[in-house]
Formats: sequence, C-alpha cells, structure tokens
Amino acid sequence: MRVVLKRRLKPLAWPRHFLTPVSVFMALMLGALLFFWVGANPLRAYVEIFKGAFGSFYNFSEVLVRGTPLILCGLSVGLAGKMLIWNIGAEGQLVMGGICGAGVALFLSSHIPTFMMIPTMLVAGFLGGALWGFIPGFLRAKLQVNEIITSLMLNYVAIFWLEHLYFGPWRDPAGRGFPGTAMFPEVAWFPRFFGTRVHLGLLVGLGAALVVWFVLAYTRWGFEIKVVGANLRAAQYARIDILRNILWVMVISGGLAGLAGICETAGIHYRLQQGLASGNGYVGIIVAWLGKLRPASIVVISILLGALMVGGDQVQITMHVPSAISLALEGAILFFVLGGQIFQDYELRIQSEAG
Amino acid sequence: MSGSDLPRTPAVLMKGIVKRFPGVTANRGVDFRILKGEIHSLLGENGAGKTTLMNVLSGFYQPDEGEMFVNGQKVSFRSPRDALDHGIGMIHQHFQLVRNFTVAENIILGVPGPWTLNMDNVEKSVDEISNRYGLAIDSRAHIWELSVGEQQRVEILRMLFRKVNILIMDEPTSVLAPQEIESLFETMRKIKNEGRSVVFITHKLEEVLEISDYITVLRRGKVMSTVRPEKVRERDGTVSTELARMMVGREVILEVGKQPMKTNRVLLKVDNVSVMGDRGELAVKGISFTVRKGEIFAILGVAGNGQRELVEAIVCLRQKQGGQILLAEKDISACLDSIAYIPEDRTGLGSVPDMPLMENVALTNRARFSKGPLVNWKAVREKALGLIQEYNIAAPSLEMKARQLSGGNLQKLILAREFTQDPLLLVAEQPTRGLDIGATEEVWQSLLRQREKGAILLVSGDMKEVLSLADNILVMFRGQAMDIISGEDEKGIERIGPLMAGLR
Repeated sequence: MRVVLKRRLKPLAWPRHFLTPVSVFMALMLGALLFFWVGANPLRAYVEIFKGAFGSFYNFSEVLVRGTPLILCGLSVGLAGKMLIWNIGAEGQLVMGGICGAGVALFLSSHIPTFMMIPTMLVAGFLGGALWGFIPGFLRAKLQVNEIITSLMLNYVAIFWLEHLYFGPWRDPAGRGFPGTAMFPEVAWFPRFFGTRVHLGLLVGLGAALVVWFVLAYTRWGFEIKVVGANLRAAQYARIDILRNILWVMVISGGLAGLAGICETAGIHYRLQQGLASGNGYVGIIVAWLGKLRPASIVVISILLGALMVGGDQVQITMHVPSAISLALEGAILFFVLGGQIFQDYELRIQSEAG
Repeated sequence: MSGSDLPRTPAVLMKGIVKRFPGVTANRGVDFRILKGEIHSLLGENGAGKTTLMNVLSGFYQPDEGEMFVNGQKVSFRSPRDALDHGIGMIHQHFQLVRNFTVAENIILGVPGPWTLNMDNVEKSVDEISNRYGLAIDSRAHIWELSVGEQQRVEILRMLFRKVNILIMDEPTSVLAPQEIESLFETMRKIKNEGRSVVFITHKLEEVLEISDYITVLRRGKVMSTVRPEKVRERDGTVSTELARMMVGREVILEVGKQPMKTNRVLLKVDNVSVMGDRGELAVKGISFTVRKGEIFAILGVAGNGQRELVEAIVCLRQKQGGQILLAEKDISACLDSIAYIPEDRTGLGSVPDMPLMENVALTNRARFSKGPLVNWKAVREKALGLIQEYNIAAPSLEMKARQLSGGNLQKLILAREFTQDPLLLVAEQPTRGLDIGATEEVWQSLLRQREKGAILLVSGDMKEVLSLADNILVMFRGQAMDIISGEDEKGIERIGPLMAGLR
C-alpha cells in the first residue's frame, strides 16, 4: 500500500477560501505544541496574542506600525517576483533608503524649505534603495549574474555602511557612545496620527500598493512584466525589451524597499540607529509569497504578520515565554499555507499494490 | 472489425483504457492489441489520443481505468522502466538524448548493470547492433554533431540495445526526408522479421499503407476501426477516402482553390544572408531570394537545415552574420511593425499559456491598444471577441487560459492576432503542424486571404502544405538554397524530394 498524490483534473474551487484558514489553523496547532513545550497554556497564549494585537486601539495601532515596513518590503519583493526576479536584497535596499533619507534630514534641512523636507527625504530614500536594486539588476541584465546571490550579499554591504556611518562619521557627538546619529531636526519627523506611533509611512505603503496594483493591471509596462514572468520566450517573441525591464523592475523594487527604510527612520526612530536592519526585508519575502504577489493581499498579510509580532511581544511580557515563538509561528504559517496549496491541485490517494 | 486470424496470444492486449487529463479525456475506453512480429500503425488526427495511449503502454502514464496484458499476463506499469522490463519501449517525438554525451553513452544511460562501465564494450555492441539493422552511426559521435535523422537512429539503437519486443515510435517520419523514411521503414521491417513488433504512430495515410500489417484508427479517444491495409487501398494504390473518413468522420477536401499570383513589386529581398546557429556553426550559408507582394513563398526542407535560423534572422530575433534583408527597400530591422510572425512553437513562443486569452491577444498588439503608458483593455476585449467570431475559435470565454485551448484553436487565435497587425510581411512557420485536417484547412484559407494583402513567407516541412499554397518554393538543405522552384512547374516539383535530401 502506498500513498500517492494525483493531479486533479481541475483545481478544486471550494478550498480557495478554505485552505488558507485551515493551513493557518494547522500552523497554530503546531505553535500550540511549542507553547506547551515551554510550559505555557497554548489557549491562553493565543488569547494573549490576540489581545496583544487587537485588544485595544493602541495595540492595534502598534500592529499597523509593525506592518508598515512589511507592506513596502512585500511590494518590493512581489513586484520583482512577478517577473520571476528574486529580490532577496530588500533588507539592504531598506537600509540604503534609510541612510540616504537620513543624510537629507541631517545635513540638508537648513537648505530645504520646510514643506519640501519630507518629500525630499522620501525621494532620497527611494533613490537610495533604487541604487541598491540597480546594482544586482544591472549585473543580471548585462552579465547574467544571479540576482539572488548579488542582492543577498549587498544586504551585508549596506549594513556595514550603516554601522560605519553611525559608529563613525555620522555618530552623534552628544550621544555618549549610543550607536546612532544625532536626532533629526523636527521638520524631518514624519507626522504621526491619533496620538499613536502610526505615521506617514503607513499612507506611503498603502499608496505604493495602489500604484503597484494599477501599474500591473493597467499599464503596458505592467503587462510586459507579467509576460516576462509567465513566459520569457514569448516575451522575446513579442519584442519586449527584457533586459531593460529587469533593470527597471529592480530599480523600482529597490526603491520600494528604500521607502520602507526612510519611513522607519523618520517615522519611528528619528535618527539613523542600530536596529534599522531588523529583518523586515526578509519578512517581505514571506509577505510577498503568502500574498501570492498580489498588492492587496500583500497589505493584508503585512498587517496580519504585524499582529503576530505585536502579540508575540505581548505574551513575552505577560506569560514570560520567548517572543521568538512568534517568529516560529510565522515560519509555521508560511510552511503550512504554501504547503497546503498542493491540496488544491492534487488529491491524496491510497493505492494498494497492484501486480 | 478486428482480424479473425489469430490463434496466437497477442504480444500486448490493452482493454478499456481510459486516461483523463485536466480538461480532456484523451482515451475513452480503448481496446488495442499488438501481435508478435507485426507493424501496427496507430492512425488518427492530432489529439485523437494516439500518443497518450502509447504513453500508457510504455509506462509514462498510468491509466485511470482499464487493463493491460503482456503475453497474456496482466501487468501494471509504474514507470517507463517497468515497461522496459517487460520489453516495451517508446521513442518520443522529442528525442530524449543528452546532447553532450556520445551515442554509446546515451545508449548505456539508465541501463541497469554493474557499477563499472567499459565503454569499449558498449561501443562494440552498439556497432554490432547498428550493422545488423542498417542503422549507420558512429557510436563515438556526440549527439549534437548528429542530424535529426541520425539522432532518431540513436533512439532506435537504444531500444534495440535494451532488447525491446515492442518498439513504439511516435511520428518518426515527421522529421525525416523521403530517403531517410525509406531506410527507417527498412529497419522497421528487419525488426518485424525477427518476430518483434513495431507500433507506428502517424497521421500520414500513404505511409500507413506502405508499411503496416494492421491499422488502428483512433478518433477522439476511441478506436474507430482496426483494419488490414488491403481493405483501405484503392485499385490504383492510393488511400481510400474510407480511411480519411474514419479519421475525421467526414469527407476531407484538401483542394484550397488558389488563384494564380499577379506580378507585383518585390517586398522582401534577402540577399546573401548568413546566420550562425546556436552552437556557433554557420547554419545559413549565403541565401538569396525575393518575395513579391501577393506571393506565398515557401521555404521547404527537413527540420534542422537552417530554416529556423533564417526565419529568426528575418524577424530580427537572431543576429545575421552577413548579407542584407530589405523589406520594401528598407533594412528589415527598421520595419518591425510591418512584420508579423507565427512561430512554430505555439505554446513556448507564440503565446503565454498561463495568461488569459485576452492578454494573449494583446501580446504582440499591445502598442496598438495602448494610450500612452496605459493599455486599453476594453478595446482589447472587443477586438478579441471579434476575432473569436471571425476565425471560428472555440473559446467559451476570454478569461480562460491559453493553455486550455486545443492546439488548433490556439493556432487560429495566434493567426488572427497576427493578421490584425496588417503586416506587409507575414512569416508563418509550420503553421499547421499537429493540427487536424479541419483546422489545417481553416489555417490555409486564412493564409490565402492574407496573401492578397501582403507577402507571406511560409516555412514548412510538409510537402502537401507547400504544394497547396506556395507560388514559389525554395528548398533548403544544410543551410543552402538547393533551388527555387515555381509552384506551377510540374517537372520541378518532382525534383523537390531529392533536393530536400541534398541531391541536385
């Protein structure tokens, strides 16, 4: 007797709305085992996570704060993914965006009119990330260098630049050894809303999602990107300039992650400091693929993962379990959701050994 | 009507085979038997289920229903290896050879044996088998050095090396020149005379009459009939319309009613053009010809003689090494908007299988349907709906994916899309390959209509197609133009066969 996966004649229609919740539930069950293992009551832990994320207005606002960079990083990875380009470098692009935006805030604030300050920082952040996306894009387009490797390695280069700057030339002289630059002048602070830490970055993220959606659905360029991703040879046949598109997609993709960097820097920290590279760029990969590369889904997934993180912090405080469990949960959800897709296209069959 | 003269146990018996794929049922309860020492032709239009049935027999697919018996014993194959262990081997249309390996290395590949390998011995036994069956080949040559016909011989040798009793060949003649076909048939007869069996999948009626002991006709996944060739041969030796009717279920007329060409101005001028192939060899060696407005100019040859490279150079998808290509007296790279190209590879090149039909219609037309950076999807939708009506494309909705269309309907969609560009020059590469007779006729009619508007460069390996459509025929062999023959020139046409094989 053996168990075989058999491809369905037609993908099942009903699990489309059903598979993901079931997969998430399975992941939560696995998480329950983990909680059990560290000696916590799983049910109470999940209640705490939920309360931590949605229990109060302030808690939910923190969810949005955590979700903001994920939206932008998810869009960054997702846009490149549409073309089957693997941008693993959102983390480094985020950091470069932060650096360039911070440079504007720190050194140009006296030369720029107040109302232009924040737009200039956003542009600088976008360009910083775009530069960091351009490098792997250029190498891929012109020299066929694998962008997974180059974009990944540039993450470390960007992080070293970041450390060099805040430990070295940009260090806050009054900071007494704190690893970070001086505080930005107040004109360079992104506005926050409703007395919470929710800041302009959320609107930037939502706006970017809208733009990416529009570009993919309605523009010729977006159509070309989708064709390249779906059938490279047909794209050549249709005379789509693939190399130029790779370059542009990587530039825009890098720019989106760069926006995440400047939004974190100017919306939360108000300075360039340790902790900017906290893995949002990598979580962006998870977000993009859980959201099936669709901008709207990417927004939703970002907020849900933000909720998981905020809730994870909460159980750490109230139940003294490591907050890393929320990372483990995140991983489990990704695993189960992506793995669960298989049941839409395949059926499990138990076959008896036939002579 | 099955043969009544069989006291023998059939070598293979398939009963009630059903095989379903997403969207189609390829075999709907097929009964099929193969006797020892016979050449059994499996005839049918494309999509009739011939290849699927044989993939089931050779272990590539597992049937959803039905039973199989080999020499009277019930079997069920989980893999091609299982089938090979029972002496059943299949040669696919697309050869499964490692290009960087030698002939002998390919033949020993996957053969169970001790973990040491003596290539000298392998080469010796390969040479022995190839001598015995008249399959001239150098066992030390690399696959990439070989012509398609030679590669086919390697595939046959591989099966003979494995000592198969049932050799299945999927459309083996479609890649061969007439002379090569004769020698393939010679080999098939030798195999048969040793008491082994050959299954010959084809949709070419004449070949079937020449070689088979039995003919099984499949249509839409069902067996229409199993007959002896004598029963379907007319007194003058030609195929009876009976056989064609079994295949398609209706009378097939292959007359296309072409009007003679009017003498017009030259549109395309190809002058001494040379093109490199993928491996850096000179695939096209100084070819020159002209195509006039209102002309269908055919390039005919056995696949792999430089036609693809020449076409890719003409449509500017490949760099040329020398020479000049002019369209309406301008360099062709400046007239890309005036060229439409219907590639041979419909799903790999001509369409995006995972995208909806609407987006596939926009594929090469996107500039036409754009306002600034935006695509006007509403206009695309209207155009696509119009094309589906006009070209009789069986597509229930524009949202369905291109891969859900049958080959014929997809080809009509691509054709329709390319016609809408109103091209000066239409390049059609194997436009009816793999299509059934009905779809072929429709494609031919569309091409003839388009001919009135511009020039058509038709690249084909199908003599019947070329003779039905072309005003002038260039025969290509090993990258060279053997000759250009007028479609009206009866004497010239007789020379085409030898020319295709490189004999002047």
